[in-house]
Amino acid sequence: MTVLEVTGLRVTYAPDVRAVRGVDFALGPGEVLGVVGESGSGKTALALAVMGLLPPDAQVAGSVRLRDEELLGRSDADLSRIRGKDLTMVFQDPLSALTPVYPVGDQIAETIQIHAGATRAAARARAVELLDLVGIPAAARRARAYPHEFSGGMRQRVMIAMAIANDPVAIVADEPTTALDMTIQAQVLEVLRVAKEATGAAIVLITHDLGVVAGFADRVMVMYAGRAVETGPVEEMYRRPRMPYTIGLMQSLPRIDGAVWTPAGGDPWRGGRMAPIESASPTASAAGSTGCSFRPRCPVAVLGCADGEPEPAVVGPSGHTAACVNTAATADPSDGLRPEEVVQDTALAVPLPEDPCNVEKPADPVPVRSYRNERPVVLYVDDLVRHHQLYRGRFFRRRAGTVHAVDGVGFDVRVGETLALVGESGCGKTTALMEILRLARPQRGRVAVLGQDTAELRSAGRKALRRDVQVVFQDPFTSLDPRMRVADILAEPLVTHGVPAFQIGGRVRELLELVGLEPGHAGRYPQGLSGGQRQRVGIARALALEPQLLLLDEPVAALDVSVQAGVMDLLEELRARIGLAYLFVSHDLAVVRRIAHRVAVMYLGRIVEIGAVDEVYDAPAHPYTRALLDAVPLPDPFLERRRLRTPLQGELPDPAAPPAGCRFRPRCPRYAGLTGDEGRLCDERDPEPQPIMTAMDRHVACHHPLAHPGADQ
Amino acid sequence: MAAFLLRRLVNYTALVVLAASLAYLLAAAALKPRANFEDRAPRPPEAVVEAQLTRLNLNDRTPLADRYRTWAGGVLHGDFGRTWQGEPVTAELWRRLGVSLRLLLAGAVLGSAFGILLGAYAAIARGRAADRLITVGSSLLLAVPVFVLAVLLQIVAGKANDATGLRVFEWVGESTPGASDGPFGPLGGLGDRFRHLLLPTVTIALAQFALYSRYQRSMMLDVLQADFVRTARAKGLRRRAALLRHGLRTALIPMTTYFAYTFGLLLLGGVFTEKAFGRHGVGEWLVDSISRGDVNVVAAVNCLAACGVLLAGLVSDVLYGVLDPRVRTGAAV
Repeated sequence: MTVLEVTGLRVTYAPDVRAVRGVDFALGPGEVLGVVGESGSGKTALALAVMGLLPPDAQVAGSVRLRDEELLGRSDADLSRIRGKDLTMVFQDPLSALTPVYPVGDQIAETIQIHAGATRAAARARAVELLDLVGIPAAARRARAYPHEFSGGMRQRVMIAMAIANDPVAIVADEPTTALDMTIQAQVLEVLRVAKEATGAAIVLITHDLGVVAGFADRVMVMYAGRAVETGPVEEMYRRPRMPYTIGLMQSLPRIDGAVWTPAGGDPWRGGRMAPIESASPTASAAGSTGCSFRPRCPVAVLGCADGEPEPAVVGPSGHTAACVNTAATADPSDGLRPEEVVQDTALAVPLPEDPCNVEKPADPVPVRSYRNERPVVLYVDDLVRHHQLYRGRFFRRRAGTVHAVDGVGFDVRVGETLALVGESGCGKTTALMEILRLARPQRGRVAVLGQDTAELRSAGRKALRRDVQVVFQDPFTSLDPRMRVADILAEPLVTHGVPAFQIGGRVRELLELVGLEPGHAGRYPQGLSGGQRQRVGIARALALEPQLLLLDEPVAALDVSVQAGVMDLLEELRARIGLAYLFVSHDLAVVRRIAHRVAVMYLGRIVEIGAVDEVYDAPAHPYTRALLDAVPLPDPFLERRRLRTPLQGELPDPAAPPAGCRFRPRCPRYAGLTGDEGRLCDERDPEPQPIMTAMDRHVACHHPLAHPGADQ
Repeated sequence: MAAFLLRRLVNYTALVVLAASLAYLLAAAALKPRANFEDRAPRPPEAVVEAQLTRLNLNDRTPLADRYRTWAGGVLHGDFGRTWQGEPVTAELWRRLGVSLRLLLAGAVLGSAFGILLGAYAAIARGRAADRLITVGSSLLLAVPVFVLAVLLQIVAGKANDATGLRVFEWVGESTPGASDGPFGPLGGLGDRFRHLLLPTVTIALAQFALYSRYQRSMMLDVLQADFVRTARAKGLRRRAALLRHGLRTALIPMTTYFAYTFGLLLLGGVFTEKAFGRHGVGEWLVDSISRGDVNVVAAVNCLAACGVLLAGLVSDVLYGVLDPRVRTGAAV
């Protein structure tokens, strides 16, 4: 039985932006369809079209049927009776998706009142039940609280409660966890799973994260430039994707287990790779006129690709379809079947995927030859502290507490290596980076860059040292001045530091080439560049003065997966060629595994564990590290569904009032299993970082580190 | 909230004292009441002039500080001194305040209500004929000074009266003498007052409408695309209901801040309206007193204006707290 069926859906925004160009899918009760695609692929337009919430200037064609009733073309009044009752939606950004002026309980109750005609009191009582169901503690009291009194994760729970309030038939979830931390994402996905089981609704889960889909969806649809380029059962899709774009996505995805994805039957590229043409982002309006829209980036493009847009064709069991002319190139040679014959092959031969433990780790592109302690230290940080004072009142400001943003952090970064600072948002990782960047006397502790103590620097010395310490910011869309040309952006640091004018032009060209941009880009303004290109400009600007240390604040967080891969490759290459050292701040553990040599895990302003990336990831010693790693979904349905994990409970405590004793204690899964005597240590003493004997330069701040970490995994 | 308001009240009291004092000092230093005597023919004897000026606390030969002390001492007891004619300022101030409020209140309330509604409507119908009409209309009204508008309306009303042969519109003064003595008794008097109020109310309402509709339109445009309005529609609210219940409700919050500013403009605009419609209100009094050099009246009216603006500020603070739960909980971080 199908509850939600979409056929031939097309969405065109005025004047001629074709956001969705023919999408078909059908969902049974309780089934989950994962819709995956990069930004601009038409995912959100699809969701809004299904809900009938597109802006008035958008044109929709095709068919959306809910329980065999056509939804397209209905009036707003008609659709309103279905929206929120049978068909509901969970939006991406929980911070802005709730009305700020009404209590959350009332907002949920409103949904019930509109459709069920319940009394206000009954609806409110039901709202409390729903809040309880989605795991909001003290639901009756919290129902009277306003959205701004909830954290992001809690607000998303409220959104889910709202979506399931009237036992919907289908739920559309548009990037429901994108704005959240990994640990909170895991919690919210769990709530979504509970919601699905409670209502039996079909779910359309829209995301850019292949990991989220792997664990949650039954079927996956990959979108590119407004088209569904490949659709199939989740295991089939991850094991043997057939559309070159899907394969490229899988390959460019950094993985937390360090494995490199290979499809069943070996590398279909035969050494090739998805072309990281970032400028050719799928502008849906232009695509389609000249054949397959993926053709410019496709490594297996053939002549036939130019002859119009390929239609989806069945390429595997259980309705696995791909819209590709050259599926022969991506067929599994071990099958011994021509792709056309695969259609008849209905036997469900699902071989076990390769054991990730046997997969060879990719060779470090720059093998760090010398031993770590032989290389010179570029950045030395010891007991760094940054506290913010909190004030209350608008006229009579008075001290209301202290936020311990960074509270005694120490590490070193040596030549040619990358140290990653990871942790949930609010753990102090960016503050630590900014504190180093100030090159001034810290509130407490010591920062030494290239052997110079920043506390002793005078302003001339500080300016000289700035040449050696540069920064790349997170958001390439806001960190470049929109009124300056790329050439001027790159020349600015040179001019500031007194490089002679006749050298600047040449240096700008050099820099552009260094980061893989063309000389023609020099004359452009930032808005004429794609996100990846802008971030390359950001990197080039940072490199202009030939620094020795680069501070990177989430440099790839705002970029799409395939673009991310390109920027990370660039960073690795630069480190190897120029011998840079990186301090890399990120919340994305998979990215860290791919790029960093050492990792420092931060929690509430402290480093709880630091060590070599492989050692820390393979055998985390601190329960928090373990929990963080557990929270990251693996982009592999087989492994993801079989993982034993202890998800982290609760949220980050108020950094103005950290818990006494060990700061992680209230959320610690290990603390719960300790005996009274063992636990008392955690209650009373804040653990100091202790070296771990079995590993080089590895420290953990835990009274009871995981003795045989990973043994029970 | 109560503590917050109390703190605000203390702040505002300090501001009122400051504003009133400055107004008095400025008026006392700049205005020359003595000139009134010097222009008189025959000129009164010097001693009489001195005595008269000193009696009214207007003598510029008394040191400013002393005059200020006398004035402030009186104000503390609720006495703003005497006018040039020797009448008590306080009583006249209250009487004139009543006249002004009767004139301004209806127009202000109507103008802001219509301004908010039509501004919101213009935002929803953005780009359509209704939006253009409201936009052009309010821009036009903003460009026309109040006194021109008042005169234009009077001309139109006069033509209407002539055309119908009835005196539908009356605009000079508050009432026609003897209106209450007609067949309808006091009811007729009330009707007459209402008739006199019609034109001034329309004038003020139009001016207020122009301001509020522009503000509200831009506020509303901001929330039109807001995620929470989309959420409200996804819940099953129709577009109009979602925009009213979730959109307009949120877009009203910043309007409370404008309220205080617009109130100040309203008081200023009141001068022209009163002049144009022959009402003997506070604004008219202020203008006349400045030309007479009547320091005490000028200072008193300024003090009243300061109180009014700050009271409006206090009201807008309260409204803000009522409308926006985010400030209500205090300074939570």
